[in-house]
Amino acid sequence: METTHVVEFRGISKYFGDNAANDNVDLYLDKGVIMSLLGENGSGKTTLMNMLAGIYFPDKGEILINGKPVTIRSPKDAFEHHIGMIHQHFMLVDVFTAAENIVLGLDEAGRLDRRQIADKVRAISEKYGFEIDPNKKVYDMSVSEKQTVEIIKVLYRGADILILDEPTAVLTPQETEKLFRIMRTMKEDGKSIIIITHKLNEVMSISDVVAVLRKGKHIATVRTGETNEAQLTEMMVGRKVELDIDRLDPRDPKPRLTIAGLTCRDNEGVEKLSDVGFIAYGGEILGIAGIAGSGQKELLEAIAGLRRIEKGSIIYTPEGKAPTELVGKSPMEIKDAGVALAFVPEDRLGMGLVGGMGMTGNMMLRSWSKSHKWFIDKKEPRRLAQEVYKFLEVATPDIDYPVRKLSGGNVQKVLVGREIASEPSVLMSAYAVRGLDINTSYIIYNLMAGQKAKGVAVIFVGEDLDVLLQLCDKILVLCGGRVSGIVDARTATKEEIGLLMTSIGGSSTESRAGSESNPDGKEGLKNE
Amino acid sequence: MNEKAPLIHISKRENMSRGRIWVIRLLAFLTAILLSCLVFLAAGANPVEAYSTMISGALGKKSGIRQVVKVAAPLLGTALALAPCFRMKFWNIGAEGQITIGAMAAAFFAINFGNKWPSAPLLIIMGLASMLMGAVWAAIPAAFKARWKTNETLFTLMLNYIAIGIVGWLQGGPWEGKKGSQVIPNFADAAVLPKVLGVHCGWIIVLLLVVFIYIYMKYTKHGYEIAVLGESENTARYAGMNVMKITVRTACLSGAICGLVGFMVASGANQTLYASVADGVGFTAITVAWLAQLNPFAMVIIAILFGILSKGASSLQTGMGVPASVSDIIKGLLLLCLLGCEFFINYKLNFRGHDGHGETGAATPAAPAGNTAVPAAKSSEEGKEAAK
Repeated sequence: METTHVVEFRGISKYFGDNAANDNVDLYLDKGVIMSLLGENGSGKTTLMNMLAGIYFPDKGEILINGKPVTIRSPKDAFEHHIGMIHQHFMLVDVFTAAENIVLGLDEAGRLDRRQIADKVRAISEKYGFEIDPNKKVYDMSVSEKQTVEIIKVLYRGADILILDEPTAVLTPQETEKLFRIMRTMKEDGKSIIIITHKLNEVMSISDVVAVLRKGKHIATVRTGETNEAQLTEMMVGRKVELDIDRLDPRDPKPRLTIAGLTCRDNEGVEKLSDVGFIAYGGEILGIAGIAGSGQKELLEAIAGLRRIEKGSIIYTPEGKAPTELVGKSPMEIKDAGVALAFVPEDRLGMGLVGGMGMTGNMMLRSWSKSHKWFIDKKEPRRLAQEVYKFLEVATPDIDYPVRKLSGGNVQKVLVGREIASEPSVLMSAYAVRGLDINTSYIIYNLMAGQKAKGVAVIFVGEDLDVLLQLCDKILVLCGGRVSGIVDARTATKEEIGLLMTSIGGSSTESRAGSESNPDGKEGLKNE
Repeated sequence: MNEKAPLIHISKRENMSRGRIWVIRLLAFLTAILLSCLVFLAAGANPVEAYSTMISGALGKKSGIRQVVKVAAPLLGTALALAPCFRMKFWNIGAEGQITIGAMAAAFFAINFGNKWPSAPLLIIMGLASMLMGAVWAAIPAAFKARWKTNETLFTLMLNYIAIGIVGWLQGGPWEGKKGSQVIPNFADAAVLPKVLGVHCGWIIVLLLVVFIYIYMKYTKHGYEIAVLGESENTARYAGMNVMKITVRTACLSGAICGLVGFMVASGANQTLYASVADGVGFTAITVAWLAQLNPFAMVIIAILFGILSKGASSLQTGMGVPASVSDIIKGLLLLCLLGCEFFINYKLNFRGHDGHGETGAATPAAPAGNTAVPAAKSSEEGKEAAK
């Protein structure tokens, strides 16, 4: 049977420098189909879709829409072909309302009729089941609402082909379910949808077909019903991978960090952490969950001494030593005491690494102050760089090759490797696997587990709840800068955590009390 | 290839070999020289003759070479001073003012103690005073930046005019020589830098500074701190560096060297002080620093090149009647071409109808060229079933 495909890529290639982001990709999508575009980071998913959305222009090959070759040079061209992309980073004007954002950039004749726009927005919302107030300003919106605005924006422009770039990365499990319901409604309405993701369970639950990309090449397109997670992983990675995390029971956990009443404000005076309290035990992994921007970053920075603390105390009890108060100490003193922070910010290099320097220079960030009074000592950092290079199999042409030019995974290995090499007694890590391929992710998880086995108190801020549940011993959930609960990772469910992420379950002081009295039980949730 | 494909699209390139990079830079240099020929033609001179006049004027005689060194030394010194600041991404464009205020500090001692003190201690004190004032002049904007995040570009720029204004006032007021002359009298001999090989010994100081800055940037803790801070303030804080201290300290170093250059120019070259003592060196040095990509040894070459250009241009004026300002035009063209060529080192232009990638050759996998429609092989097979 010969049908015309809604979208067809023919021999599409795109190069960045000498790297082929997409290499001769042939792929198509049919009407009324939800397709998952699956692949590890750097496999070229977003690049391929950006070419459909008019952000990039292919170096080779052609794109066919409804069987006709087209040239898409700009997002405007894409809209003319009824293609709309919802990017991972929202592109909205904060001070405008939902409706204003939706019509922004459209040059319709006549004057702006707000009422008519609002009506149209409402009609779209009702049709697909969105909940949105057209007159709400974007700065008042939650992440999920902003995403809704983005989706309505492309529907308003008449998109029949929707591309969603990792839409669930910022959503709670409940919000994800809602989004999936909406996507199914859109599909019934005849829309074709491409969802970019690397979460296998989502692939299985939402899509009809799965297209797998690996290193820029299209590996295969399979029907979701005829495959399984293991097979998809193998296609994605190119070989069988062990996706197991060794979770040992904590042995003899002792309080290492006791935090009480921690309150911080950001530069604008907005309270980012309020009255946060918990205990991190040695030999345990404490996961920290929460919607992006709920205070995770601030919490770790506060502990590391990088953020001014308004109120509260952080008592640090090293193995076999007397407890000390960390509040008021400099980042250097805290680090020397054995509290390490491996923080991987969104741009990876912004904090913790120097992009223009090689591994040696970056290892030196830890030791520079201890060397000679005037001159730097490169010997020790070089030895350490060699060690990390070998131990974590960092792919770099040379240990003095600028880390900026390494791939994300290797950058993270450098960072995490350096922090672990300092033999900390508290290891904090935020988004340690952000942007990593599956294999490297599991290397990092198991490194964390290894640190735990050595008796280190590990604090692990993560995005993927499935991983947190597998890796951690306890999970602390932050919501709007407060602790909304601490749960036992062995018994808690994703839904439970999802609820805590959006609502305050119990006050922080009480959950701390709970964790003290009952380190193994389920805490926080049952606080009155 | 697609009919409506954009005429040119730009893509990033990485890992160009060192050899090719230098070939591109050399081509850029030649382009600048060729473009300068047009300038000569416009000025009514034969370009070949003009270039040979410039080169023989600058390098043909001892006096020419001395003149070149005299121009190059302060340029080099100031470019060296700016290097740590620029590495730190502290945009110090106040070298002009720091030179002027340094010269003023030196002149203070030259005027008041020139006939009273022996030469050696006097010169040392003049040098130290000029460094101190230069450092202060740079520390003010640095402290404001570190403490209140003010914009150092505007701040340093404005301080230039204040420094020049102060000296202008001294020149016409308290330090004026003959009433109404608006001129400060020449320094006493004791306050004049001795000559070595016919040029004031500033050039030796500057060459020592080249080595100092090279080691300072590459092998010292301070240099490491500066490099880290320049890349990311967050990383610097994370590594436990005192951002405020590093900012102010580096600016002070920079200002001190600029001040010292001011002392050299006033005491060595001019033997007096006037408001335009810096004479644009503070700005030209920015060009020198960037053209050398902050490498101290490359700065030596660029500074000498600039010296040749400016001496050559004055020979051009006397010899061929071509205005000396052509040298400024040539400097501008050099800057444009050499900095502009960095774009071609980092990016590649793909023209329509060209299989842009095939040219860069070896590193890329051989892919079918242009628009040869590849039959949708594997994916069609497997995906077809999925069709509704």
